[in-house]
Amino acid sequence: MSVQPPNWDTLRADFPILAQQVHGHPLVYLDNAATSQKPRAVLEAMDQFYRRDNSNVHRGIHELSRRSTEAFEAARERTASFLNAREPAEIVFTRGTTEAINLVAYAWGARHVHAGDTILLTEMEHHSNIVPWQLLAARSGAKLAYAPITGDDGLLDLRGLDNLFDSTVKIFAFTHVSNTLGTVNPVADLCARARRRGIVTLVDAAQSAGHRPVDVAEIGCDFLAFSGHKLCGPTGSGVLYGRRERLDDMPPFQGGGDMISNVDYFQSSWKEIPHKFEAGTPDIAAAAGLRAALDYIGAVGCDNIARHDEELAALALEKLSRLPGIRLFGPRQGHAGVVSFLLRDIHAHDVVTVADQFGVALRGGHHCNQPLMKRLGVESTARASFYFYNTAAEVDRLAEVLLEIQKFFAA
Amino acid sequence: MADDLNELYQQVILDHCRKPRNFRVPAGAYRTAEGRNPLCGDSFTLYLQLEGDVLHDISFQGSGCCISKASASMMTDLLKGKTAAQAQQYFSQFQTLVTTGAMDEEAMGKLCAFAGVHHFPMRVKCAILPWHAMLAGLKGENSVTTEQKP
Repeated sequence: MSVQPPNWDTLRADFPILAQQVHGHPLVYLDNAATSQKPRAVLEAMDQFYRRDNSNVHRGIHELSRRSTEAFEAARERTASFLNAREPAEIVFTRGTTEAINLVAYAWGARHVHAGDTILLTEMEHHSNIVPWQLLAARSGAKLAYAPITGDDGLLDLRGLDNLFDSTVKIFAFTHVSNTLGTVNPVADLCARARRRGIVTLVDAAQSAGHRPVDVAEIGCDFLAFSGHKLCGPTGSGVLYGRRERLDDMPPFQGGGDMISNVDYFQSSWKEIPHKFEAGTPDIAAAAGLRAALDYIGAVGCDNIARHDEELAALALEKLSRLPGIRLFGPRQGHAGVVSFLLRDIHAHDVVTVADQFGVALRGGHHCNQPLMKRLGVESTARASFYFYNTAAEVDRLAEVLLEIQKFFAA
Repeated sequence: MADDLNELYQQVILDHCRKPRNFRVPAGAYRTAEGRNPLCGDSFTLYLQLEGDVLHDISFQGSGCCISKASASMMTDLLKGKTAAQAQQYFSQFQTLVTTGAMDEEAMGKLCAFAGVHHFPMRVKCAILPWHAMLAGLKGENSVTTEQKP
């Protein structure tokens, strides 16, 4: 826990990319739910790795291989402490959240999900926490079911939840923070309810890791997935946390080098976890970058970042609600740093195109949430998403630019 | 407001976006074609009434961004009464217009307003979506997207 609030301006100066003009205006980067920017410490860690230590892991006897292996395994240890996992072996490196969820759906699902079983999700899931389960359902003959949301305020409807937990439900997979609505789900409570009925849980922490404290012991989940690139790390660095009991009780995901203990022409045996899930040469430089990112985030403090994100979201909701004809999505209270909206009679893509000409980077579209869009009765939304290097002045600028956009299309 | 923006959203485009023409389901028999870009959230249905080789009537319904909606509106205005072969020619000229900015003013008339789209490569797929849907309709196919290849 960090006691002193950080100096946000000093931190912002650590991100070289933010100091640029776009279309003649200072860049206002508000697309952090898609990916975050990288501080110098991360860029330097990756540069150092390639300049000094680059080699393959777990197989060479020489000095550089020793360093690479050490860098890779140190990243695993750092990730385990970041999530408060019991041991580094509970951390599997993947390309990102999507691959981590696919790994569970494929490998855990192959052994534990059968015809007649139910896979329970929620109506607010990202495609990456829907499609892998649809593929598993098609392979196994299991059914999908969805816990409903309340409406535009985007809360999970908890009243009927326990009734959905019937004896056929094998896994409950849900997001910690919605990438469209900014909803923060009560993950520890959801896991406790599922656990009481013997249901395995997976938490999609793509939008929460690095934005608020994520402690797997406190949450009590079986699996948790996140992407390094959304918390100041490089693309290609993803994490699957799994409780040892669960990971031990799963067949491998992909086969290849580095995951085997012995290979014959007709059969092979696997290494222990986590290596049995990491076939082939991993993205070692990304792991080095992820470690630097977790050190950086750790020094800022996830509790501080959560407060900053929520303050910017609250300010954005207040400023944007004054615009005539705006429709805001997500909860009014305790909103994470993701704000989706629609301006009356102006399509989200037009909003984003014009905002871009003012240097403001937003996202417009379905945000990989097509079923949720249908549930809300919209085709798309525009979205502003914040991180700790964003400022109140940038939120003011967003509101100002949206007003300009309304004038432009009304003229 | 930046020059590129005014070039993209020309008055005639804003006008067709606010008050789309031929925005209706026709009476009588027709064939339909869907144009959908799910990533953007653009979704249109085109209605084609062919008499022999001639587009007797062409209209549309649906929702999308200003560029795609104005494009559908102006395309339907232009193609009414034209033959399928002419429609194919206009398609080629429109495609050149929105990807390169090169225009044949005599042939394209008001549609030259879409020349500004070529400064915004991410929006080419919006402008051309109704045109691909129209071609699909002529061929008797019923759905297209321009998100993979505009």
